[in-house]
Amino acid sequence: MLDFDKQYIPLDNWINDFIDWLVAGYRWFFQGIKWPVEFTLTGIEHGLVAIHPLIVIAFFTLVAWRLSGVKLSIFTLVTLVFIGLLGLWQATMITLAMVLCAVVFCTVVGIPLGILAGRSNRFDSALRPVLDAMQTTPAFVYLVPIVMLFSIGNVAGVLATIVFALPPIIRLTSLGIRQVHPELVEAALAFGATNWQVLRKVQIPLALPTIMAGLNQTIMMALSMVVIAALIGAGGLGAPVIRGLNSLDIGLATIGGLSIVLVAIVLDRITQSLGKTKQNN
Amino acid sequence: MVKIAVKNLFKVFGDDPRKGLEMIKSGKTKEEIYEQEKLTVGVQDATFDINKGEIFVVMGLSGSGKSTLVRMLNRLIEPTAGEVLVDGENVLTMNRAELVDFRRSKTSMVFQSFALMPHRTVIDNAAFGLELSGADKAKRYERCATALKQVGLEGWENAYPNQLSGGMQQRVGLARGLAVDPDIMLMDEAFSALDPLIRTEMQDELLKIQDHDERTIVFISHDLDEALRIGDRIAIMEGGRVVQVGTPEEILQNPADEYVRAFFRGVDPTGVIAAGDIARDSQPTVVWHTPQGSIRATLELLNTRDMEFAYVLDSEKRYYGIVSTDTLREALERGSTKINDAFITEAQAVQVTESLQDILPDVASRTWPIPVVDENNVYKGVVSKNRFLRTLQRAGDGTHFETQESQANPQPEQEPAHA
Ligand SMILES: Nc1ncnc2c1ncn2[C@@H]1O[C@H](COP(=O)(O)OP(=O)(O)OP(=O)(O)O)[C@@H](O)[C@H]1O
Ligand SMILES: [Mg+2]
Repeated sequence: MLDFDKQYIPLDNWINDFIDWLVAGYRWFFQGIKWPVEFTLTGIEHGLVAIHPLIVIAFFTLVAWRLSGVKLSIFTLVTLVFIGLLGLWQATMITLAMVLCAVVFCTVVGIPLGILAGRSNRFDSALRPVLDAMQTTPAFVYLVPIVMLFSIGNVAGVLATIVFALPPIIRLTSLGIRQVHPELVEAALAFGATNWQVLRKVQIPLALPTIMAGLNQTIMMALSMVVIAALIGAGGLGAPVIRGLNSLDIGLATIGGLSIVLVAIVLDRITQSLGKTKQNN
Repeated sequence: MVKIAVKNLFKVFGDDPRKGLEMIKSGKTKEEIYEQEKLTVGVQDATFDINKGEIFVVMGLSGSGKSTLVRMLNRLIEPTAGEVLVDGENVLTMNRAELVDFRRSKTSMVFQSFALMPHRTVIDNAAFGLELSGADKAKRYERCATALKQVGLEGWENAYPNQLSGGMQQRVGLARGLAVDPDIMLMDEAFSALDPLIRTEMQDELLKIQDHDERTIVFISHDLDEALRIGDRIAIMEGGRVVQVGTPEEILQNPADEYVRAFFRGVDPTGVIAAGDIARDSQPTVVWHTPQGSIRATLELLNTRDMEFAYVLDSEKRYYGIVSTDTLREALERGSTKINDAFITEAQAVQVTESLQDILPDVASRTWPIPVVDENNVYKGVVSKNRFLRTLQRAGDGTHFETQESQANPQPEQEPAHA
């Protein structure tokens, strides 16, 4: 007779063994992924935390003013001061550091991949299902392997964020490149452009507004991962939300959530106007 | 002296072009090859020479392979078989670097759709070719200033293409082609997207530039008027083949086969040629709601120019009506001051796209030249009886060849019916 109180198939043990083997045998590989992320993240984080809050606030206010105008700069100023007064300044800087770090890697990896996908149908059709999977798989599903391979903490949080936030910038870069009229590419070639010149002088400048829209979406998706990343031990604004939920401290969870929304609005508006100013030129 | 020699050039589009090539050689037709293998024969067995300094026009119906042919000359389209010799050097055996160098130094191209870079100013568009070959900015701008001056775009250097009209945009396209000072200019229906009036203007411009530069120009066109007007020699393409090459007179007097004859005679030219193709700006126009558009002033204008009809437009060039010396006088006698009281009530405009057949009843029954408008009711010129008949004559009788009157000719066309 089967006794379902006993375990016949120790799949969990097998997986643990497999992971142990993977981590031991391919340590160099995972370190190779982890190390640059960790390095960048701590760099940005230390920087943001070390700089005096007023300087950070002044910087963002100025950027908002330059890129958009008085309205957004006032909103930015008020928002950041308000978050500081809530006592969430440090958490906000950590979140900002994680988002920035994730976005940097998404950009560095995503734009070249997007350009390749934009110029090659073969590569595009190979990449498409991978991107679909990255976007449709619930984040919780890949939190598990990420934790297994990289343990918990901010770095694991950033890695999960990268997986989640990477697709839009790839897709929109590819789209932007494809939207460039073929006759413009043809004209460039006719005048003796090399492939590289076609890319640099025609395709990228014309795709730039679309690439910027992709960057904006990537930033927004990175921010939406803040709470989920906190589940695997990442700090930042997600932490008070999770802590508040666990201890039924609704107030704490709310101010955490509110700050995330406010930061999201500020970053969204700033990056949107970035795309627009490029377009106007 | 031969500048470009094309020898047995073939292009087959599709997965297995070699197979298409074999089928052509075993005598299969273009249609059979498409049916059996889904391969499109773009160009087959083209052989001809283009001389240094001539304007060589390639004519043919849509789909006859003109664009494919011209793009094989600079290898924007890779030929399936054959040879293209420029100054004796085979373009098809060049490697990538040699090809880039060839395109930069010897050729340039002007496109039907203009293909200007929307993110660059006029001067940076014109300078594009020089920029690619690494010329420094001062030199680029200096050369482009000359090119822009040649095409009459001084003062527009810092505008963006979307701020310019179609005609001006193509002037930028032309300047871009001229700025690199190429031996060879490839022009694929360069003026086809332009209004008839602007088109003739650009043709004149090209001829003027050609007068002292003597470039070799390969000019694709499907417009007979254009080919006859600017071509030193004309090649006729049909279904991917070059069926005849010769001077306009040679072709007109000795059409190689039925196709060429039909092309020039037109089995029914009235059905192929559109009103917009033959409209000319030969009649006086006045703008409504301006002092010049008053009844008295218009009458004055017609009297001094000894003309009978004036075409009334608004400030956006939209067509409103026609007045004649008679209707103007009558209106004056009635004591009215508004010019629309003098409109000829039966007058109607025709669309640029309407064929000669469609407009024949109008042209035949009216005493005034028929106004031609586009889909936005913008005035594009008139078709007079005289012009209509001459078009028919030229198209209907292969031996009767007239040189085109120049657009600059101030003498308006006379109405035979009135003479
Ligand atoms: N990239 C391509 N792939 C497959 N077929 C093509 C391709 N380009 C052109 N063709 C085919 O080759 C033939 C010649 O086309 P081409 O564009 O040279 O004609 P054209 O004389 O320039 O016509 P148009 O006056 O319409 O510009 C057509 O049947 C066309 O459908
Ligand atoms: Mg064509």
